[in-house]
Amino acid sequence: MQNLLAPGHRACAGCSMPTVIKLVLDAAGPDTIVVSPTGCLEVTTTPFPESAWCVPWLHSLFENAAAVASGVEVALKRFHKKANVLIIGGDGSTFDIGMGSNSGMFERGHKVTYVCYDNEAYMNTGVQRSGSTPFCAHTTTTPAGEISLGNPRPKKDMPAIALAHRVPYVATASVAYPVDLRKKVKKAIEVQGPSYIQVNAPCITGWTYDAGNTVEIARLAVETGLWPLFEYMNGQLTEVKKVRRPKPVEEYLKIQGRYRHLFKKPNGAEVRKQIQAMADANIAKYSLVD
Amino acid sequence: MSNVMAGELVGPGSTKITKTGAWRTFVPRIDQKKCIKCSLCEIYCPESSVHQVKDPISGDLIFDIDLDYCKGCGICEHECPRHAIRMELEEK
Amino acid sequence: MMKVVEGSYAVAHATMCCSPDVVSAYPITPQTHIVEHLSQMVADGDLNAEFLTVDSEFSALSVLVGSSAMGARCYSSTTSQGLALMYEVLYNVSGLRMPVVMTVANRALGAPLNIWNDQQDSIGARDVGWLQLYVENVQEAVDTTPQAYKIAEDLDILTPIMVCMDGFILTHVYEPVELLDKEKVASFLPAFKPKYVLDPANPMTIGAFADPSTFTEFRYLQFEAQKKALSKIETVAKEFQETFGRYFGGLIDTYQMDDAEVVLVTMGSVIGTIKDAIDEMRSEGIKVGLVKVRSYRPFPVQALRKALKDADVIAVIEKDVSIGNEAGLVTDLKAAFYNSKIRTPIVGFTAGLGGRDITVKDIKNVVQKASAARKGIESEFEFLDLRTEILP
Repeated sequence: MQNLLAPGHRACAGCSMPTVIKLVLDAAGPDTIVVSPTGCLEVTTTPFPESAWCVPWLHSLFENAAAVASGVEVALKRFHKKANVLIIGGDGSTFDIGMGSNSGMFERGHKVTYVCYDNEAYMNTGVQRSGSTPFCAHTTTTPAGEISLGNPRPKKDMPAIALAHRVPYVATASVAYPVDLRKKVKKAIEVQGPSYIQVNAPCITGWTYDAGNTVEIARLAVETGLWPLFEYMNGQLTEVKKVRRPKPVEEYLKIQGRYRHLFKKPNGAEVRKQIQAMADANIAKYSLVD
Repeated sequence: MSNVMAGELVGPGSTKITKTGAWRTFVPRIDQKKCIKCSLCEIYCPESSVHQVKDPISGDLIFDIDLDYCKGCGICEHECPRHAIRMELEEK
Repeated sequence: MMKVVEGSYAVAHATMCCSPDVVSAYPITPQTHIVEHLSQMVADGDLNAEFLTVDSEFSALSVLVGSSAMGARCYSSTTSQGLALMYEVLYNVSGLRMPVVMTVANRALGAPLNIWNDQQDSIGARDVGWLQLYVENVQEAVDTTPQAYKIAEDLDILTPIMVCMDGFILTHVYEPVELLDKEKVASFLPAFKPKYVLDPANPMTIGAFADPSTFTEFRYLQFEAQKKALSKIETVAKEFQETFGRYFGGLIDTYQMDDAEVVLVTMGSVIGTIKDAIDEMRSEGIKVGLVKVRSYRPFPVQALRKALKDADVIAVIEKDVSIGNEAGLVTDLKAAFYNSKIRTPIVGFTAGLGGRDITVKDIKNVVQKASAARKGIESEFEFLDLRTEILP
């Protein structure tokens, strides 16, 4: 495996994001230029005068990675050079503040592979709710409280938004399925246009669990049906990862502190049922069970 | 430093000067007899601190931890299918 | 060859002659014609550049962050609300030392919404680290475009630059212009040769974060680069004159200053009106002169002290307000003089806000008021053309 992300970066012990980057870069190879928005990734990997990146890397602002990457791609074409252009950014930038930029990049059809490491909140600034935060998850701006059960809104369907922009390759992936993630990145970089891969990336600090459980939690997200692994090519669903015997969502929820209130509060059981229904809906929609 | 300051340019892989091994409380120990060399520990390690090296005595390829950077997160212990890795409290 | 063309076309043509690699701009009145002409030039094969129809001004400049990091020569254009929308990126481009050239078609900022000319937009952005040159007519807008690239792309400067031209007044006017010749521009303006670019063969990280131990030094280096730009702007203006035979000033320019007692100081297209007014007043024996500020950033302190030292009174006319404290140009000028030995009274006038016409009569009014101030300043700063009759 090529190590295009050097150690010595400041990510939390057990953070899934460096593993995601490692796998993505291994699949993309050294002829790759990475553009990142502000976030955990940017802050932990590039404290001046150090950088963990062994490929060319550019950071501008929180909400413009897609526009910046468009500029890189266009200049590459102009100078008749070949390299993969990747965006690696978090859900905060991707789902919310960067929406305008993303929409423009997708719509203009730039050959850019967008990898979103999705830890389901604004983690870099201290675990605040993002458009990606799942239903009833505790964050500092949607905290569980006397009269609150956490985030009142369901997770924004970013892959659907990418599909609505006719992005030719849209997939979900997970840090717990490294072979699948690498395969998807390899497919994405071949696409003559934009691609979008959303990678489930658990966060110890934000989701609250023991560091060693990072991969296990990501696996459970897939095994419960809450994080379906799928792939769309040119708008058609072409692949899903089957789940032989879906596990009940409780197994996933109970080991994370951000859902602890769902096991303590009287109406927690009702919410767990609703979350199970969301998992069941995914299982039906993507035919996750044979 | 002066000519890389224009535009905030930084050389590749330069985080290597920061030895994050100092963060550790627990250190992983690999039982080579149980290890089946599946390389899942290498794949999952966020610090890229598990490497295949040549054992100095036997000459076999074994998996080893780079203690300069290992933060002691325990993902390797958790994911090893043969429970060949144990996290131990590190004596400092 | 002289041609009667629209100001926007002339600027687009000048940009084309500079052979930009990437053009990224979002339409906004009164800049739209510049962008449309550039699109047509690309469509006809006259301009060989990558042209992006972006989703917002914010994205427009962000695209150029990416392209400039790849070593591309970049161009954008905006105004008013668009400049405000890209405010965050302005700091980013200057902090990353990217020599982007951007035409700002000066327009008022809402609220209230107003599409007509004033200079609130660029003067309000004077601290963002961009160089700013203000042009007085279409010819100067044309001539200043290649000069802007030459200044910005100098490896000692590496600072983005706004070429400010009054919206509608200069963008939509039709006047005779000597359009540039592409080959001649190429002899004047060398190719952009950046030192560091994104290149897998030599991987570098651009845009790391700087903690308190290093941030100040980054700002200091930008500050020093603008200081170097003071002489570079002069040099490049002279080089342009040698190649093309035209000169509109370097950091500043002067008109009828030999024995001027009342001196007007301003930026932009109102200079045309002021020159006419001065000619009239001179014929009446009034000793009035003009100092044109061409470079607003870097602010030419020494050049202004030298040019204004013999004036009896100075009147600054500008199309902006610094709401809460007078206006940008007059406060910068007063600050430039405070520690010098010059004790000339300086009075400030804001006029032309939101596109209100500044007439020869208005200029004469300023000169009268300024003259009276020689005996003592009654009003340090006023709204010259206030319509008191419509105030509640």
